[in-house]
Amino acid sequence: MERKTKIQAEEGKQEIFIRREFDLPIALLFKAYTDPKIVAQWMGTNVVKLENKKHGAWEFETSDPKGNVVFRANGVIQEIEENSKITRTFEMENSPFPVQLEFLEFSQLAYTRSKLVIQIVFKSVYYRDEMLKLPFAQGLNMAHNRLEEVVQNLS
Amino acid sequence: MELRRDVFQAIADPTRRAIITLLAMQAMTPTAIAENFNSSRQTISKHIQILTECELLQQEQKGRENYYHLNAAKVKEIADFIEPFRALWDERFNKLESLMLHYPIKK
Repeated sequence: MERKTKIQAEEGKQEIFIRREFDLPIALLFKAYTDPKIVAQWMGTNVVKLENKKHGAWEFETSDPKGNVVFRANGVIQEIEENSKITRTFEMENSPFPVQLEFLEFSQLAYTRSKLVIQIVFKSVYYRDEMLKLPFAQGLNMAHNRLEEVVQNLS
Repeated sequence: MELRRDVFQAIADPTRRAIITLLAMQAMTPTAIAENFNSSRQTISKHIQILTECELLQQEQKGRENYYHLNAAKVKEIADFIEPFRALWDERFNKLESLMLHYPIKK
């Protein structure tokens, strides 16, 4: 399996780096981050608000098929430069996680090749590690739920 | 069913991490493990119990003695704990890439 996305998380540091190269011109990569309709599609969330300007606000909301809100996040855009960078805060609502700071750097490698580097700074090493574990824990929960379903179907 | 302990809570404790390091070298009896620490035998037993409940350690009976050794598969699972996070972003970015590859270019 190809591993196009790379995560750098050094031990004892309260930051991570997410790196990825795309077979896309930089303008299209940047557009995927600033067009609310496109963001909604690849992030799999409803984009309530996305103000692409300095001190602009953003809000995402995800609902389950029954319409219950299962995830809400918001933040403020500190800095935005077309085809170059976005600096923003990220806060997951109704969670113990404090706000985090994200630096997104877009660069062009070739006409149809671009790179994205996201540096995320957390309040502490503890919160960084907990955030990294979140999909792992959800995976365990899902496996556990599936197991329960199987057991229930047996009885 | 008994509530499973969180593996990450288990390895957050320095004594338990030290036990894992010790057992990485060889299988050991509880007595031999306890000899490496200043803590009481009961304290070490409790740590061993927690690690066993998390499936990080496995017991093996050799003659009269009970030996503990590392469960390599479980240890590997912890080493790979970032993988689901990476996979989540990989999936999102793959979607982004294929979406934008089909984005109509307006002139």
